[in-house]
Amino acid sequence: MQNTAPLNWRRFPERYLLRGSYCETCKQAFFPSRAICPNCRRKGKLISIEMPRTGKIISYTRVHVPPEGFKNEAPYYLAIIELENGAKVLSQIVDSDPEKIKIGAKVKKVFRRIAEPDEYGTITYGYKFKVVE
Amino acid sequence: MRVVIVGAGITKFAEHWNKSFRELIVEAAVKAIESSGLKGEQIEAIYGGCMASGRLIGQEHIGALIADQLGLNPIPSTRCEAACASGGVALRTAYLAIKSGLHSIVAVGGVEKMTELSTQAVSFALGGAGDQEIELFHGATFPSLYALLARAHMHAYGTTEEQMASVAVKNHANALLNPNAQFHKEITIEDVMNSAYVAEPIKLLDCSPITDGAAALILASEDKAKELGLKGVEILASEQASDTLALSSRESLTELKATRIAAQKAYERAGIRPSDIDFAEVHDCFTIAEILAIEDLGFFKKGEGGLASEKGKTSLKGKIPINPSGGLKAKGHPVGATGVAQAVEAYMQLMGLADKRQVKNARIGLTHNVGGSGATAVVTIYKRFKG
Repeated sequence: MQNTAPLNWRRFPERYLLRGSYCETCKQAFFPSRAICPNCRRKGKLISIEMPRTGKIISYTRVHVPPEGFKNEAPYYLAIIELENGAKVLSQIVDSDPEKIKIGAKVKKVFRRIAEPDEYGTITYGYKFKVVE
Repeated sequence: MRVVIVGAGITKFAEHWNKSFRELIVEAAVKAIESSGLKGEQIEAIYGGCMASGRLIGQEHIGALIADQLGLNPIPSTRCEAACASGGVALRTAYLAIKSGLHSIVAVGGVEKMTELSTQAVSFALGGAGDQEIELFHGATFPSLYALLARAHMHAYGTTEEQMASVAVKNHANALLNPNAQFHKEITIEDVMNSAYVAEPIKLLDCSPITDGAAALILASEDKAKELGLKGVEILASEQASDTLALSSRESLTELKATRIAAQKAYERAGIRPSDIDFAEVHDCFTIAEILAIEDLGFFKKGEGGLASEKGKTSLKGKIPINPSGGLKAKGHPVGATGVAQAVEAYMQLMGLADKRQVKNARIGLTHNVGGSGATAVVTIYKRFKG
């Protein structure tokens, strides 16, 4: 099995702080970080920024058949969220009234454990989102 | 230089407990060679589509394995991987090899052996088609990614779960007429609607199955086909496009842009319009995927794919028959084989060999093969070859 600790460690800024990229040339934000701007390529000037912590749901689903590591959470909600700067992120929606999980609903970032510990015992943490009442 | 498919072969799509990966690809390849009337030593190169053999059976180096098992060493043999579009990419790469003028007879294969692991382990292997680090990591599965597309389509256009169900019902009906299909079972809208949710709004009977199988083609240059008096089906165009691996990075959730771009380029190269297509094999890994495909390929206006499916416009006797083979949904979906199997169906239809599922007056056909949730799309257009 893959030792997942180094991968998770590398991803701390993204998963803990929602850190991504912003291109000063085309003024577009990207999440997660990119090494090169897909619009401007070498003419782009990427800087690292923290993403806004709020956004809105643009699509969602309720997962009944979970992958490895998510059995204890199923069924759970997943959504694609458009953050306030236009960058998009796929995340779980937690701690929310199912009636309020809808396209257009406002959500904010929360910090949670992501999945059950893997075979290496690595416990992963990061962002999830909840509906803003 | 025109490129002609001069032979095609396919195994039964099934849970093959008694056949290995290598036996499946050899069976399909031998059928293809026999249908072409050629001899093995006339083949100059092999391109094989296979998505996840490393995860599924612990075997990589599939190109060499295929050449070895077919007794075709030492010709070059190359594996093509683009998730579920591996077969389509293998076909296109073989087409390019002939177009380039370097080769005049090339074999194309596609194969996957998926049923020897638990569903959970297969799901993990297939998850490799998506963005592991930023989407699968957060609990996404393939049904859930397509569920996100389905929900967005329902919201934008009023597409219903019953309309999606009608795709599954139609493809199961077509598969009843295909002896090589995995499922020979008629289903109803109620069956689909009553099946359990996998990821809302996608239910179990909206999903394609886990399948073992292989398919193969023999391609020849026009000159070689004429010289040897070979009949077949001409490839008018084969185009491929790429998009972001992460679904969340897409510009739109109501289309697969890679499909739309590949299709536009393919129609342009072939010099035809969507209305010239007599039938299509499209990538219906989930029922919503067929609805997206028939819109993105230009057969129906954006947003009207669900209604068109419900109204029977895509049935075998409809305005444009979609997935006469039964599609991925009911013929089965051995991922690396699928793109090649679609081309085998196009060949059968255009040669008039499709028996009970024959599309009447089929002159021009199209195949559409997607990798993951649309990060790769291959669109290929075919016409009967008249030497």
